[in-house]
Amino acid sequence: MKDSSYVSGAVHQNVKHDSAIKQVQGRAEYTDDIAEPIGTLHAYLGVSTVTHARILDMDLSPVRAAAGVVDVLTATDIPGVNDISPTGKNDEPVFPTDKVEFHGQPLFAVIAESRDAARRAAELADITYDVLPHALDPVSAEQAGLPLITDPLKLERGDVDTALAGAKHRIQAQMMVGGQDHMYLEGHIAFAIPGEDDDVIVHCSTQHPSEAQHMVAHVLGVPSNAVVVNVRRMGGGFGGKESQMNLFCAVAAVGAKKLGRPVKIRPDRDQDMTATGKRHDFVIDYDLGFDGDGRIEAVQSQFAARCGYSSDLSGPVTDRALFHADNAYFYPNVRLTSRPQKTHTVSNTAFRGFGGPQGVVAAERMIEEIAYALGKDPLEVRKANFYGDATDGRNLTPYHQEVEDNVIARIVEELEDSADYQARRQAILEENAKGGIVRRGLALTPVKFGISFTATWYNQAGALIHVYNDGSIHLNHGGTEMGQGLNTKVAQIVADAFQVDFERIKITKTTTEKVPNTSATAASSGSDLNGMAALDAAQQIKERLVKFAAESRNVAETDVYFLPNHVQIGEDLIPFDAFIKEAYMARVQLSAAGFYKTPKIHWDREAGKGRPFYYYAYGASCSEVSVDTLTGEYRVERTDILHDVGRSLNPVLDKGQVEGAFVQGMGWLTTEELWWDDEGRLRTHAPSTYKIPLASDRPRVFNVNLADWSDNREMTIKRSKAVGEPPFMLGISVFEALSMAVASVANYSECPRLEAPATPERVLMAMTHLKAKG
Amino acid sequence: MAHQNEIRFLLNGAETTVTDAKATTTLLDFLRIDRRMTGTKEGCAEGDCGACTVLVGRLHNGRLHYETINACIRFLPSLNGCHIVTIEHLVGPNGRLHPVQQAMVDFHGSQCGFCTPGFVMSLYALWMANPKPTVEQVETAVQGNLCRCTGYEPIVQAALAVNEYGTLANDVLNQERADVTARLAALQPTRRIEIGPEDDRAIVPHDVADLAQVLADEPQATIVAGSTDVGLWVSKFMRPISPVVFINHLEELKNVTLSDDALTIGAGVTYSESQTHITEVFPHLTDYWNRIAGWQVRNMGTIGGNVANGSPIGDTPPVLIALGAEVTLQKSDGQRTLPIEEFFIDYGKQDREAGDFVASIRIPRPRRGQRDAAYKISKRRDEDISSVACGISVTVEDDKITDARVAFGGMAATPKRAATAEAALVGAKWGEQAFEDAAAALSKDFTPLTDWRASAEYRSQVAANLMRRFFLDADNSTNAQLATA
Repeated sequence: MKDSSYVSGAVHQNVKHDSAIKQVQGRAEYTDDIAEPIGTLHAYLGVSTVTHARILDMDLSPVRAAAGVVDVLTATDIPGVNDISPTGKNDEPVFPTDKVEFHGQPLFAVIAESRDAARRAAELADITYDVLPHALDPVSAEQAGLPLITDPLKLERGDVDTALAGAKHRIQAQMMVGGQDHMYLEGHIAFAIPGEDDDVIVHCSTQHPSEAQHMVAHVLGVPSNAVVVNVRRMGGGFGGKESQMNLFCAVAAVGAKKLGRPVKIRPDRDQDMTATGKRHDFVIDYDLGFDGDGRIEAVQSQFAARCGYSSDLSGPVTDRALFHADNAYFYPNVRLTSRPQKTHTVSNTAFRGFGGPQGVVAAERMIEEIAYALGKDPLEVRKANFYGDATDGRNLTPYHQEVEDNVIARIVEELEDSADYQARRQAILEENAKGGIVRRGLALTPVKFGISFTATWYNQAGALIHVYNDGSIHLNHGGTEMGQGLNTKVAQIVADAFQVDFERIKITKTTTEKVPNTSATAASSGSDLNGMAALDAAQQIKERLVKFAAESRNVAETDVYFLPNHVQIGEDLIPFDAFIKEAYMARVQLSAAGFYKTPKIHWDREAGKGRPFYYYAYGASCSEVSVDTLTGEYRVERTDILHDVGRSLNPVLDKGQVEGAFVQGMGWLTTEELWWDDEGRLRTHAPSTYKIPLASDRPRVFNVNLADWSDNREMTIKRSKAVGEPPFMLGISVFEALSMAVASVANYSECPRLEAPATPERVLMAMTHLKAKG
Repeated sequence: MAHQNEIRFLLNGAETTVTDAKATTTLLDFLRIDRRMTGTKEGCAEGDCGACTVLVGRLHNGRLHYETINACIRFLPSLNGCHIVTIEHLVGPNGRLHPVQQAMVDFHGSQCGFCTPGFVMSLYALWMANPKPTVEQVETAVQGNLCRCTGYEPIVQAALAVNEYGTLANDVLNQERADVTARLAALQPTRRIEIGPEDDRAIVPHDVADLAQVLADEPQATIVAGSTDVGLWVSKFMRPISPVVFINHLEELKNVTLSDDALTIGAGVTYSESQTHITEVFPHLTDYWNRIAGWQVRNMGTIGGNVANGSPIGDTPPVLIALGAEVTLQKSDGQRTLPIEEFFIDYGKQDREAGDFVASIRIPRPRRGQRDAAYKISKRRDEDISSVACGISVTVEDDKITDARVAFGGMAATPKRAATAEAALVGAKWGEQAFEDAAAALSKDFTPLTDWRASAEYRSQVAANLMRRFFLDADNSTNAQLATA
């Protein structure tokens, strides 16, 4: 066998994002950039101006009479089913008919010759409401008697009541955790082009083309085979385009079919932020028992979430909050319950971490409680409570899955060392003791995150590969590209499988025509699932090629090798192109559909038991902050990160995910505040009022490393691990560091119980509160 | 002489004439919808995300100068005689990627790619202005650009490396400079421009005398300088503002003069244009100026507009009031000058008579013994609207406070002086106690509101603490402030 020469862009290499060159030139095409056919119309949503009401009358005649208006769509224009609930609960109408349940709820759509005309006309509706009382947050909604929006979950293990009662120390308290807007730079957009028969093609920006396809079919009352959904790329998703695009796809498709003309709908940023869901805010009640060394004996927590007016994905989101309420810690006795609370707000949805971050931040709050109660370094308490392994019996999660791949202790130990945690903590304690105006805080927080959709059936994927007879390769898979580099990674896998240069592979748009019944590109699963499916397709073609090659030269199949851009058949070394041409001439099928389903996983929700996760990803971050005790303003001085992505498919893309997730997670817990007024209006609804981190907010010193020694012990694609969501929770170290700086004003005698997001205001108020008590 | 009824500018390489523009046609819609130039993106349509960043080149005293702007809130008639440079115009030597683009690719500064063209344009402007920037200068240059994917580190690294990818002398806009300068000179109007339908009509006066005439004839007209606020009236609220009078091009309003006793800034001078003059005379405003919005908005917005707008949360009024600034209003039959605090009568109501326009702001030079500070409190440090803004000027003679001017934004319906706190200071001995007394007095001066930017409680507490901060800063206390770099 000849030694390999070089193949560009194979797995484990630092391949650049495949669209980078187009993106820096402004030539990468997003949905709004697609050339519009003559006759294209534009839709815009008309929304409610009250929060909770019965609709008594909707006079849309002024809308219809406005300049440029072609039509107005209401619920009566929906030929199929007026519902886009992603979980089939039939609780999310495209347009409601009799009631309004949140401020800014879409009630109708204007279709006009221009977007500007549609937008202006949408303001002209004359709607008569019978206004009803509203409840915006989970606490007041519970008091008002609003129902749970979907079934709650309970996870339980051990004898919680006895353990709590018998614990040496016990703390009961509450934590408020704010939600988060996705603030993807490209907002929602859908562009429907009608075809013959029932056909419609929808170009849009969704993470879940199959669901959009099924929803459009459902709303149009046509079979799914009439609907094609295409996604070339998204300008960011973060979970906000998992189910939320269904509305826009449905409106565009209904309009296009009704009028027989292409219809595009793109809300402006304010409508995007007010009419579509966000990360759930939570109110978490915890009851915690621990011993004198700070070891947790029992935990009982309730996670109440602001779900909004419909269920959307709130069931699985609140489930995942419970799945991560342990973070990296072993709870010998535990009872966790969710309260997916209906509220009169927009229906909250998926957001990177999918409820997990809210569970993790609550776990870290409990660690702080123990540390302040016992006068210990929180890191010491963390270490005392880490999961162990089968040998010490401290490896069972609240959902009865054994943690088999635990590397958190090593991650944390290495980071503690490389970040010089102990010496810096000591220096900060000494500096703070001088009582200056500026106080510092330091925290090192771990993350353990379960990988797999907890809806087991979602853990499947498909891919389609064509090798054309010139040797070029066409790759399609069910995942969507939203910036994370999924297409690049999957193409690397295919390049590696065929041993051809990355450039030979054309990555094409995601389309329901090529790969059916796909899952959302979500739950960090994109490369795990689609990479495996693409590899399966490549292997099918390779098997046929090997068989053909062996027969053609009369050698054993074991004497056929794919070498860089060549194939070795016995003594013959043939360029890949020539070999493919030969195979084509011999009538070898050069196309294959691949498939993958994640093994080992199962979940019994009723019993609260199973193995919902194939494996865990781990990481830790250490952040230092400075806080101005006069104003509550702060800066992140330094962050060190060590994160586990198994054997990285593409280290530089993975590092980009880790850095971006950290900053986004930090934003969630610091400056990103969703603020509703008493009337139920979201007042932070655009970047002028909703503040995501800027370049100047990132840590002054930012050291990010991947745990290069890590291999996934499960048979994942090339032993890599998922990277999308887990590093989001690394941002918690900033929150905890702020907490330490706040605690310094009372000499660390009390847990500051900082609420999230820790805006400068909340930081100052927490310090004021501590000083007043001291 | 008949008016000019078209807008003329250079769009990348092409001389472009628009005859059907409305007053409120945005540059972004013109690019994306009329011209199908889709490299420039819409992210927010309010000048906060930077996805629509383009460069505008214009002649100032005959010299061609490029600056970043937000195309989403910039109206087309304000661009007459300008060179509009979009991402489509960027090319490197021999048709390769432009140095900024190549650096962004090599440092992995693009993930989803939607913010990328805007970042490229901002980094390009930075490279032209400052080929070897520091990290802080990069951060300042991209304050007006949001990225939700990368966490910014790779973008900052790319920005620091741009100069290794090419030389400015060979760069496309430098190569074209003489040609573009000549072409723009030929495009400068020789008379008033009027364009647009009656319900969305634009008037671009030829000079200040013409402006006064326009306002005398149409006192209800909306005056637009930088359009950083009025742009949102249109892009967000779809408010009718016709007729619109554009003044950003008027050279006579762009004068900055420093005399023995005052710095006078024309109403058309942008934040960016005023920056070196302001900080030279008032070094305490250096950090503060960099915290006004983002770079694109600082390139568009004017101090005159910030004052004329009368917002209670404008950044400049509190510091101008504290410095004892005066505003000069002009109309066809003359001028009048008043202390700037007297201009702000009530929420949404300024002392502007029919036909008046703000002509200039005069800031007296600091007196001997004058100690100045300016503070801005916001949820996010940069590119945010203040929850509390504060200007303090205290004059100390022989250890005694002889004069005090304390003004706040975000604490009342207008930018307002803190009379009780000032009274507590004047006559007091310079020391901690005087400022404790002033802090306590603030509760008599202000009853702030709660909104999404801050609660009343926080505003009150922070305002009081800023009195303490002023003393600590003036007293050079150590470890009293967050590092700014």
